Amino acid sequence: MINLRRRTVLALGGCAVAVPMIGRAEANPIRIGFLTIRTGQMASAGTQFEQGFHAFLKARRNKLAGRPVEVFAVDTTNTPSVARSKTQELVESRKCHVLVGPISAFEALAIDDYIKQNEVPTIGTGAADDLTQRRANPWFVRATSSASQCSHPIADYALKELKLKRIVTIGEDNAYGYEQVGGLQRVFEAGGGKVIQKLWAPTASPDYATYISSISNNADAIFLGLAGPNGFRFLRQAAEYGLRSRMQVFGGMNAIDEPFLRNMGDEAIGLVSGSWYTARLDTPENQNLVRDLEADYQVDAGTYAASAHTSMSLLEAALSSIGGKVEDRNALMHALRNTPISRSARGAFRIDALGNVVGDVYIRRVEKKSGKLMNSVIKTYPNVSQFWTYSAADFLKNPTYSRTFPPSPNLEH
Amino acid sequence: MQFWLIQSMNSLALGGLLFLLSAGFSLIFGLMRIPNLAHGALFMLGTYVAISLMQLQLPFWLAAVLSGLAVGVLGSILERFILRRLAGNERGQVLVTLGFAFIIADFCLMTWTGDPIAVQAPDALRRPIVLAGMMFPAYRIAVLVISVVFAGLLYALVERTKIGAMIRAGVDDMEMARSVGIRVSHLFTLVFFLGAALAGIGGVLGGPILSAYPGLDAEMLPLALVVVVLGGIGSLAGAFLGSFVIAAIYNFGTALFPDLAYVILFLPMVITLVVRPQGLFGRAAS
Repeated sequence: MINLRRRTVLALGGCAVAVPMIGRAEANPIRIGFLTIRTGQMASAGTQFEQGFHAFLKARRNKLAGRPVEVFAVDTTNTPSVARSKTQELVESRKCHVLVGPISAFEALAIDDYIKQNEVPTIGTGAADDLTQRRANPWFVRATSSASQCSHPIADYALKELKLKRIVTIGEDNAYGYEQVGGLQRVFEAGGGKVIQKLWAPTASPDYATYISSISNNADAIFLGLAGPNGFRFLRQAAEYGLRSRMQVFGGMNAIDEPFLRNMGDEAIGLVSGSWYTARLDTPENQNLVRDLEADYQVDAGTYAASAHTSMSLLEAALSSIGGKVEDRNALMHALRNTPISRSARGAFRIDALGNVVGDVYIRRVEKKSGKLMNSVIKTYPNVSQFWTYSAADFLKNPTYSRTFPPSPNLEH
Repeated sequence: MQFWLIQSMNSLALGGLLFLLSAGFSLIFGLMRIPNLAHGALFMLGTYVAISLMQLQLPFWLAAVLSGLAVGVLGSILERFILRRLAGNERGQVLVTLGFAFIIADFCLMTWTGDPIAVQAPDALRRPIVLAGMMFPAYRIAVLVISVVFAGLLYALVERTKIGAMIRAGVDDMEMARSVGIRVSHLFTLVFFLGAALAGIGGVLGGPILSAYPGLDAEMLPLALVVVVLGGIGSLAGAFLGSFVIAAIYNFGTALFPDLAYVILFLPMVITLVVRPQGLFGRAAS
């Protein structure tokens, strides 16, 4: 029932965003379908996603490659079936040329077949590894990160710089959690570390006390494969139980995100995480993004704002390279996959043969500067591929990361 | 040993919170015969209102009381001006409470944004205390104590006062209560106030544990439902016992059988519905 609400309102809202046509009669607008989330747990992520998107278009006066842009925004409610029907609406009734979104991995999986059959160029942020690996979709590109892409470097950092040897992992009990934790475990154990305990919590877990109390006392650290509000809540509850006096805590790409830091206490100081973005990056595009979000919405830019912004940088560069001819789907898709991006909020990047980004991954540590918590960059892993240091062929011979892969020979609990 | 001790403590603390959540739900359900589907939203609203009050530098406990009162007043307005117009149309009333759940959730999203907000526990309770060589949050123990006090007060209200007797009469047989001169409609407003205020206070007290975030409402409502189905509709003792049973099942279940984390909460509900549909303390339908 929850899924029904706001549909109509949003459809109308989408039209209202339509930009006034300026000047030349032949300048038909580029129609972008924008899949965001305005309901439930992920509403905060969706809000940032929209803010990053609108900041990008506003800075360009609603034009891409010389053509005006018309936006059709829909609320997927973070539900695969709704994402699917909304996609259909965007493509068939709204005649969108290109889709930006959806945000969540399982939403991206839900529209996978549809965009393939209907040949809809899609710049998604849903992180499911196989969308650009074993089931690569020719109509899908991702400028952000696959679920395991940022886990590989943070595992390397944990071994070599944090000198961790025995760790516990906690992840969401869904594909996103398995892939984040799986990537971490593979690199950590390949380098001689041991994962001695793996905890899986349901995606909606209001209270992590049970899990926190179950964490082994013989570990150096715990890795958080939790996204958004879950990471936030886990950290709060871990502070209640004094977990950090027992061990270090480090996190995956969106366990410790900037918008959440604003509402956290000093218990966050010193937390280390690996992500493809932080608001502290000094790329010109990022400085614009951070400034615009502060000015227009009084918020700190986080991973989700940067997701939309970076996806739009990719779209803009691709459109410019084909003279704005968004109607030529094949040319657009070819351009999306083959245009190296020199300027974006996350820095320079390119898209690999399977449609996933190759770009820098940053190791960040939470610091307090002039009274504000922020993720400062302490190390950069340049040009990280979704296959880490393995060759694509070797990597793809293995099964997708799951609860049972990689195998866990070192479990003690 | 330590495992059993700390998980037992976790269960007791969670049970206390569940009682604050479900006592009001059970009272309303018992008297008005409808599940108030806005209960989770009222719980969440309580947390958010307290956050705003605390930003005005009010101390935590005062914010909790004021927020509870505010949510209680909202609940009584909802009953007096909307639900009453639908008297006798129970399906309509349930749908209205569902509508209110959405409205409140959207209002919270607009007012307090979608970012999760932490609620700071009172200073004195912020540090974990050491119990038998392990750390346990002092605040959770306080929540347990408060919920037991609330249970005592509610018990006294329902079992030892005239208003309580009238509420019990309404729960047992509304027609008969009416015919002996009890203004049942006033009771409805009162019980809605009480139930909503309990939800609001529960939301505030749960805040330092759960934080406030969109979706909190939808996560809490099923918990209230599970507790009340197990304990018996309209029974305070049932809500009390049900809360601690559910909390223990949740904690030990997820710790011992993590793969069953999704179903473990609902198993006792299903079993109860099959074996004893009126719940542990409910009366069989006449």
